[in-house]
This record gives sequence, C-alpha cells and structure tokens, in this order.
Amino acid sequence: MTSIERHEYDVIVIGAGGAGLRAAVEAREANLRVAIICKSLFGKAHTVMAEGGAAASMGNVNEKDNWQVHFRDTMRGGKFLNHYRMAELHAKESPDRIWELETWGALFDRTKEGKISQRNFGGHEYPRLAHVGDRTGLELIRTMQQKIVALQQEDGKKFGSMEANIKVFAELTVTEILKEQGQIAGVYGYWRESGAEVLFEAPTVIIATGGVGKTFKITSNSWEGTGDGHALALKAGANLVDMEFLQFHPTGMVWPPSVRGILVTESVRGEGGVLTNDKYADNEAEADRWYLDQDNNRRPPELLPRDEVARAINSEVKAGRGTEHGGVFLDVSKRLSAEVIKKRLPSMWHQFFELAGVDITKEAMEVGPTCHYVMGGVEVEPDTAAAVGVPGLFAAGEVAGGMHGSNRLGGNSLSDLLVFGRRAGIGASEYAKKANRIPVRESSIKAASERIEAPFSRVGGENSYSLHAELQEITHNLVGIVRTGAELKEAIERIAEIRKRSANVSVSGGRHFNPGFHLAFDLDNMLLVAESTAKSAILREESRGGHTRDDFPGMNSKWRQINHISSFDGSKVNVRAQALPAIPKELYDLFDVHELEKYLTADEIAKGGSK
Amino acid sequence: MARNLNMRIWRGNATDGGLENVVVEANEGEVVLDVIHRVQATQMGDLAVRWNCKAGKCGSCSMEINGRPRLACMTQISSFAEEETITVTPLRAFPVIKDLVTDVSFNYRKAMEVPAYAHPTNLAPGEARMEQVDVERSQEFRKCIECFLCQDTCHVIRDHEENKKSFAGPRFFIRIAELDMHPLDTLRNRKQTAQTEHGLGMCNITKCCSEVCPEHIRITDNAIIPMKERVVDVKYDPLAWLGSKIFKREGIV
Amino acid sequence: MSGVFSANRAKISERTLRTDRWWLQPAFIVLVLSSFIVYATFRAFENDNYFSGANSLISPFYSPCLSKACVEGASMVGTPIGILHIFGATVSPSLFILLFPLGFRLTCYYYRKGYYRSFWMSPPACAVAEPHKTYTGETRAPLILQNSHRYFFFAGLVLNVFLTIDAVLAFRRPDSSGQMHWGHVSVGSLVLLANATFLWLYSLSCHTCRHTIGGRLRNFSKHPVRYRAWTYVSILNHKHQNFAWISLFGVAFADFYVRLVSSGSISNFFFF
Ligand SMILES: Cc1cc2nc3c(=O)[nH]c(=O)nc-3n(C[C@H](O)[C@H](O)[C@H](O)COP(=O)(O)OP(=O)(O)OC[C@H]3O[C@@H](n4cnc5c(N)ncnc54)[C@H](O)[C@@H]3O)c2cc1C
Ligand code: SF4
Ligand code: SF4
Ligand code: FES
Ligand code: FES
Repeated sequence: MTSIERHEYDVIVIGAGGAGLRAAVEAREANLRVAIICKSLFGKAHTVMAEGGAAASMGNVNEKDNWQVHFRDTMRGGKFLNHYRMAELHAKESPDRIWELETWGALFDRTKEGKISQRNFGGHEYPRLAHVGDRTGLELIRTMQQKIVALQQEDGKKFGSMEANIKVFAELTVTEILKEQGQIAGVYGYWRESGAEVLFEAPTVIIATGGVGKTFKITSNSWEGTGDGHALALKAGANLVDMEFLQFHPTGMVWPPSVRGILVTESVRGEGGVLTNDKYADNEAEADRWYLDQDNNRRPPELLPRDEVARAINSEVKAGRGTEHGGVFLDVSKRLSAEVIKKRLPSMWHQFFELAGVDITKEAMEVGPTCHYVMGGVEVEPDTAAAVGVPGLFAAGEVAGGMHGSNRLGGNSLSDLLVFGRRAGIGASEYAKKANRIPVRESSIKAASERIEAPFSRVGGENSYSLHAELQEITHNLVGIVRTGAELKEAIERIAEIRKRSANVSVSGGRHFNPGFHLAFDLDNMLLVAESTAKSAILREESRGGHTRDDFPGMNSKWRQINHISSFDGSKVNVRAQALPAIPKELYDLFDVHELEKYLTADEIAKGGSK
Repeated sequence: MARNLNMRIWRGNATDGGLENVVVEANEGEVVLDVIHRVQATQMGDLAVRWNCKAGKCGSCSMEINGRPRLACMTQISSFAEEETITVTPLRAFPVIKDLVTDVSFNYRKAMEVPAYAHPTNLAPGEARMEQVDVERSQEFRKCIECFLCQDTCHVIRDHEENKKSFAGPRFFIRIAELDMHPLDTLRNRKQTAQTEHGLGMCNITKCCSEVCPEHIRITDNAIIPMKERVVDVKYDPLAWLGSKIFKREGIV
Repeated sequence: MSGVFSANRAKISERTLRTDRWWLQPAFIVLVLSSFIVYATFRAFENDNYFSGANSLISPFYSPCLSKACVEGASMVGTPIGILHIFGATVSPSLFILLFPLGFRLTCYYYRKGYYRSFWMSPPACAVAEPHKTYTGETRAPLILQNSHRYFFFAGLVLNVFLTIDAVLAFRRPDSSGQMHWGHVSVGSLVLLANATFLWLYSLSCHTCRHTIGGRLRNFSKHPVRYRAWTYVSILNHKHQNFAWISLFGVAFADFYVRLVSSGSISNFFFF
C-alpha cells in the first residue's frame, strides 16, 4: 500500500466555522495539540454569512433583559421541543461568550454608553442581538481566526514553531471518522487540492461541520452545507435527533435566478421593512395581515418568529397572490430614508445592487422561502457536547441537535456556536487527557482508502451532478416547507433509489482539485441526511416549528414529549421515538401556566415540572 | 432570455496550461460564477474553481476577469457587451494549483506575522467601553472578506516575486492600521514594525488595491497613508518625535 | 522570468488581459503634467511680466517676491534675498519660492500616485505588468524623502496666506493720482481669489492635514473638536485628487492671466 500522510493530535476539530474555531481555542488553551480541518479556506466557513447578530442577554439596551427571559424566548421559539438544559446553558453563558470575543479584538457596534449595542430580532422580547452592521458572522469568524493566530504566535515564542500545537488543515475533506474498539481513534480524508489521502490519529474528534442546506434546491447555504458531519456521526454510530425540523427562511432572494436562495437578513424586517405584494395596496396594515397573531399583537408584526412568516408567505404565493417569480415583495424604502438604509443595512444594499441590479432604497426586493438552517442534529450530552453513544466523539454548532427544538430564533445560532463550541472544547479536552489512545489498524485505513478510490475505478457510471439535482428536486417538492404523509412516503422510496444508483457514481478527470470527485462524497452524505429527515418527518403527525404537515395541521402536546432519534445500521437509517427529558421545576416556574398550557399536556401541567 | 456566451477559460496546472474557448448558455441576471458552474456541470466536470457564499461575502471566488481581479460571484454578465468574449484566468500574483484555483497560502503566512490584538490586562470581559466614533475606523477594515484581490493586484508582489519575503501587502496594512487605531490595543510598536517588518515603505500608494476591493474599503486613503503618516511621526519627523517624548504619549501634536 | 511570468504562476503570455484602454489615463497625465512643467519652467526663468501695479496683480509664481531683483512694488514683506547671478544671468525671484510648491506637489500622495503610474510605469495601470526588473518602493533614497511631505505642507500653508493676501489686495484700484481705493472688482481679482481658494482646498484636503488635524489620534471621543475637524477634512480629502488638478490649472491660469495683463497683451477688465 502506498504511504499516506499521517498526523497525530490530541483533539481533531472538523469544521472551521464559529463552533469549530471556538472549540479549537478552548482545547488549545487546555494545553492540548489541536488540528482544525475544513473543506474550504480558513475563514470562509458558512458562519461568515450570518448577518443579523448573536443573541445574548447582556441587557445593554434594555436592562430588563436577563438569561431567564432569553431562555423563555428560546423555548417558545422552539415550541418547547428544545432540550431544556441546552437552552438554559445557552441563555446563561452567551453574554460571557460575547464579551470574551471583545477581549480578542472584536469590534461590535456600540451604544451611547460605549457598551455593545443590541438590536431587535424576531422572537426575542428585548433588543438582544450583538451585531456589527450586517456582517456579524464575519466578525465572529475573523475574531476567532485571529485568536487562533494569537495562540499560534504564543506557541511560536514558546516552542519555536507556530504550528507545532495548533494547525489548520484547510481544503481537506474528512470522509470517515475512524473507531477502534468502540472508541474514537481518528479521522480519514483527502486534500481537495491534490486528492492525496491523509490519516489523523487522535482519541477525540469534535464535529462542527454546520448545516445540510445543499440537500435542498433553494437554500441560503453554500456548497459546504452538505451534512457531512451529520452523516459522519451516523456512520460512526452516533444518533441524530429530530431531523424533521428544518428552518425555511421566509425571506430569501427569488429573483434573478442566479441569486435564488440567498438570504435577506431578518433585520431588514427588524429595521422596519414592510412586506407587500402585487395584489394589495402598498400599505402596512394590508401587509401585516399576513402574520397577525392575536397573542402577539404587542410586537411589530415584522418581528414574529420566522416560521410563521415563512408559512404566511408560502400560503400567499400558493393562493396566487405572489409575484411572477413565486415570491412576495419586501420593501424597506417605505419607512426608511436612503441614508439610513445604507448605514444600517450596508451589505444588503450592496448585495441587491450588485447581484440583482435592484436599489433597495428605491424599490422593493422580491423574496420567498429558502432552506436556511437545520435544527436537528447529533444527539449530545448538553454539558459536555459529547455525542451520545460514541466515546471520544463530540459535536457542536449547527450539526448538533436539541438546542433549538423545532425552530431556532434568529441570532441564537451564533451564540450557540460560541457556548457549545467552548463546551465541546472543554469536554473533548477532559476526555482526551484521560483517554488511552488506540492506533488505527491498517485494515481500517485500507477500507477508508478504497472508498475514496472507488469512484475513479468505475467507468460510465452515474454523474454526481445530475444525481444531486435529482435529490434536490425530490427534497424540495416532497420534503420541503409543507409536507404530507403520501409525499414523504414517495420521497423515502425515491431517495433510497438514488442511493442505490449513487453507489455507481463514476468521476472523470484525475484527483487533482476535481469538483466532480468532491461532489461524489458530499452526495453520499446528503442522501443519508435526506433519508433521516424524510423518515423522521413521516412519523411526526403534527405541525410544529420547522415541520409542517398539511395532513396534520396544528401542534399536539403529545408529540412534544417525543424526540425522533435516527441511527444508521450500515445500510439504512432507522428512526425511533424517545422521550424528551422533562423540564425541571425551577425552569418550569419561569413560565406562566397559561402559556405552558399551549404546549404541555394536562398531565405534565399537573406535575408542575420535574424535581 | 438565454443567450450564448463566448468565454475563454484558463485551464492547466503549475507546469502548463492555457486559455480554452467555450460557448456556454447565459441567462438574464446571471453572474460569471453561474456560467462557470454551468460549464463545470455540462462540459468540464473537473474544472476547478473556488466559491462558497455566492453573495460576495466570503471572498473565495477571486479570479481575473478580462484581466481585472474580481469576485466571480459579483460580476454580472450584463456588465459586458453582447458580443464580448469573457476571459477568465486564475489570480496572476500567486502560484496556480489548477485551472482557476491558486495557492493563496502567502496571505495566511503574512497573517501570522502580524502581532495579534493585545487587550488591556486590567480590563475583564464585559468591562470594555468604547464609543462608536472610536471603533468606526477599525470597523471599516474589519469588513475585509479576505478575497486577496488587493494582494493580487498589488504590483509590489505581483510583478516582483522576490518582494514577497518582505512585504505584507495591503490586506495586512489594513490589519495593522485596524490595530493601531483600535481604542484599546496595548501594543505600541505597530507603527515602527509596519515599516521595518511589514514593508509599508514598499507601497508607492498607486491605489490599485483600493480600486479592486469588493468591500470598497478605502485601503490607501484610510489605512496605508494614515499609517505612512504615523510612521513619519515616529521615525522621520524630529519634531513629532520630540513632542511625543516631551508629552509622553502618542498623538499629541 | 519574474512577476506574472514567474515559473509557478499560470502560464499566460500577455502582460495584461485587460480589454479596456488602460493606457489612456497614464498617457493623459504625462501629457498634462509635462505641459505644465514646460510652461512653469519657462515662466520661472522668464523673470518678467509677473506684476502689474496698476491692477494690483501679482503672479502666484512670484509671490511673495523676496529678492532684491523683484520689480518695484512687487514685494510685500521686504526683500531679504540679494541679487544673485549665475553665469551672468540674474536668478529669477520665482525660483526662491517655487521650490516650496514644487516640493509640496512632488511629495503629495496623490501626485506620487499620478507620476509613479504614468511617468515611471510602476505600475502603468492596475494588473498591467510593469517594465522594471526590481522594485524597492519608497524605502530608500531618494524616494524615502517623500516622508518630508508634512514640512512642505506647512510651507504650503504659509504660501497660501501670501496668495490670499495677494487676492485681497487685488480688490483695489488706483485713481488717476495713483491713490489706491478698496472695493473694486476686476477679472484679475477674481482669478487670484479663485486661485487662492483652490490652493486652500488643495492644502486642507491633504492627507498630512487630515493626519495632523485628528487622524493621528487613537480616541476621537476624547477630542470632540479635533474629531469634528477631522470629519470635515476627511470630506475634502475624498476629493483631494480633484483639488490637486483644479488648483494646478488654477495656478497656471492665474499666472498666465497676470502675464497677459502685465505684458500689456490684454487689459484687466474692472466690473466696478
Ligand atoms: C445567510 C445566513 C445568515 C445567517 N444569519 C444568522 C444570524 O444572523 N444569526 C445567527 O445566529 N445565525 C445565523 N445564521 C446561521 C448560522 O450562521 C449558522 O448556523 C452557523 O454559522 C453554523 O456554524 P457552524 O460553526 O456550525 O458551521 P459552519 O460555519 O457551517 O462551518 C462548517 C465547517 O465545517 C467544515 N466541514 C464541513 N464538512 C466537512 C468535512 N467533511 N471535512 C472537513 N470539514 C468539513 C466546513 O469547511 C466549515 O469550515 C445564518 C446562516 C446563513 C446561511
Ligand atoms: S497602493 Fe500600495 S499596497 Fe495598494 S496596490 Fe498600490 S502599492 Fe500595493
Ligand atoms: S481589503 Fe478588500 S480586496 Fe483586500 S482582501 Fe480585504 S476585501 Fe479583499
Ligand atoms: S463566492 Fe463568496 S465571495 Fe464569491
Ligand atoms: S498635498 Fe496631496 S497629500 Fe498632501
């Protein structure tokens, strides 16, 4: 067998988004040797695209805000399907995580008193999102990227080599998580540039690979969002929780076609954007009709949770009241002057002007739902982010499940990355310090290597581009924003069919930076994700958050008690129901009983939370 | 309305390569990256190109389009004349890897050479107070998406490979300026090292970096020239130097 | 082979693939700057036709006139400099002061960009390979002297004061007895006024000015007045390139006008 590149580390972080970088910082500060692996260049991960901000109840703008309020908002947003403990940790720790970034050089927008400014966002009771214009994700990534460099510079001074103890392996795709004797032993992958294979040996692996958007036809996610981490975890024996919940962002660009799916930040609505459509007069009262909700009348209508907005837009479009390209109009020029728009939403202005030739200070944007975020993900222990069932495996960020329940509030993801990224870093470090290392067997390496070689050895097989397109068509039409049992059944069958055909994918050209080859691997992951989503969705006979069943409209408190756990048996995904842990008394008491009645069963209310 | 577009795409690797002609369909509203993807999906399955966000936010899709360093995802087809042939090549200041993908590791090495932000040791997290007017200058530089187009176009390294050793490039001049203007940064020798370590003096302020920056960061006017002036303060101007010694603080005059 | 033709770069034989007329701008700058230099040199050495007492006009190339060689009435603050001869010719008083605006513009950040690109072709235009084998930028002599810009800037301010006074003085008109009376406006007075205004705009929009007035501060919030001033200067600074050209034409035109008047080619029209 040809000799492959080998590395040995204490902790391997797959993913250089917000979660991965935060985890890596923590692990390095615990004095461990850390490898960060990512598919694109360092600093380009999906997190750069986040715009609106990071939610943390610092109370800088409204001092009534605190973690309890944030916790409540998060649970409400997730329709109480969240893992209470994750929501609690998240609400409690986000402010510290934001402040910490400042000590690493982040420059958030300021309040008059010189504190970090916070803005309103859908579903958050108080202005809560720390932000930098509309490029908060970029600030997060860059700050942590530079923090990693700072750590490397310290190492350089101490050990003479900057990359001795923490190194970024950019443009390297992980294809397999390797286990020996039931525990983590390392990962296997290939350099995208050369196609050369690499083995990393380590007792702990942190998955921080982000989302699954590329499974769908219209998405705000980049090519990286192929659910690699979800699939890697499944194959390594971990579980995915609640994969039926996907967030469709209500306001993605729908025109021109080349920018389909790209997100219009929710803060456009937060800053006073008005949704209008062709048929109705351009006045706000008319527009607001879409998401008038009796319970929520106190809040400006543009700030309702995004799933409600998404569904409202969808039904408007289905009712034939949309624009000719299947969207609706979103207008900021009505309430704000051109200068204010350019100052508060600079990159939005830029984006529309340069990508679509639309000047949002003068005209409306054309928007519609786009697949944006996956709530479901790897089942983890809340406190350590350890993946359930696989010693040595951890997961944080979008790839982890449970935190957001059935729907994520805007801004809660960036703070999630920081809070659980750090926790995963701590969890992994503690594990790694105690773990006994088991070398990867040559036979495991050989198997992983053969899998990479396989598509090259086939000729005249399936084309990965067209299979991907077929899959996206199925998910978009049958597992999309509004679902029915019959359609899901069809989807499951057709996904299985594509999976069969995908075993016969062949690629043209060599290994050297070959996107066709790269896609062949991503495709396999997306298929597993789609299967898990469809199979979870068909079981959940209710509509909740990011899962809408046309045949089962409305929430059902019985279903709230259930998580859907996906696991992989080597050939197919199996989904089973698992009871959601009950909310402990002290958290239960944070809510008004009348509110809880909307979500919990009478039995649960009678118990009044677990002790 | 779909139309046929004539393109020349550079294909090759470190040892050899050249421009290849293709005809590809282009639709209304599309950008160069869209048609490259179409070429990839229909004619050249192994055409290498970097991209991520397709929204001008990540700075991955940098290439040269009709000889100009640009983001492919932000270059609209409609900005070219109907009959024009669009030529795309990889960045020409960096080693080519394959097709439109270049080795930009130079930039990551340079990033590691700029000393990190140094937070005041007596300020705990959450205690920092900074006014908006004080952070705004640095915030402009933090808009940088690291597309490295400025680095690519800068003649100091584009035309003189040997200068890569001693020249950090405009991307890192704005980084240095960002830190030197940061209201809380405690490292005080950034001006000196900008000149001695990072090659600020090599820049002849010809502004190509500012011309190509997709974030419209005013690199030369707001970072390089102010840094050059700050360097004069500490290195070349005896009066400013004297002032700073007498009053024991920077920026007194 | 170096630069874009280095071994590891993409093999492309053209030094640029730009399809626009990128050479137009540098060519234009060469043309305009050269014409100015030729004209200014001629005028500086002409040592004549720079002052018209009857019209209260003095050429900006010759003000303040500091040499004993200055014509009667031209000097405003005395003539500390004696008459010098080189190879038998009298040294023009213009040369003593022209040095300062020359140095000011030569070290100006905008003109540097202009002439590095057009005269030195370093680079001729963005993404167009430059012809030089080596390049060291402004790190060594003589170009390291560009760092003296701020001294020229202050000298420029002093000159601006003189030229402003010249413009003010031009709002006078002698009566038949030679007595000066204020409050008259002629074409010449407006020309000098415009010239002085453009020069102020040029100086105030200067990068050194921006740095000095507030740019060098770390915390704007502690210096509200300087911050305010900095924001205004920044607005002007945005247009520095325009002011650089306008003021250049302004000076040349003002000189040309004074020359025409004082040589008697035209008469200075008085509005009142
Ligand atoms: C347009 C947009 C706007 C958003 N706005 C907001 C907002 O305002 N507020 C908010 O809170 N959230 C927002 N979100 C959501 C949030 O940005 C994401 O959920 C979050 O960034 C995910 O971060 P992550 O660290 O989990 O993963 P990512 O940032 O997605 O990073 C994943 C990393 O994993 C790597 N990777 C993946 N697979 C592999 C593999 N096989 N091998 C090696 N590496 C791999 C990738 O290269 C990448 O580095 C937004 C999302 C989008 C798309
Ligand atoms: S202004 Fe300086 S840094 Fe910018 S491109 Fe020109 S020489 Fe390079
Ligand atoms: S400064 Fe501008 S051109 Fe340079 S890397 Fe940053 S965004 Fe790109
Ligand atoms: S793909 Fe992100 S900038 Fe073009
Ligand atoms: S005069 Fe041009 S920069 Fe000073």
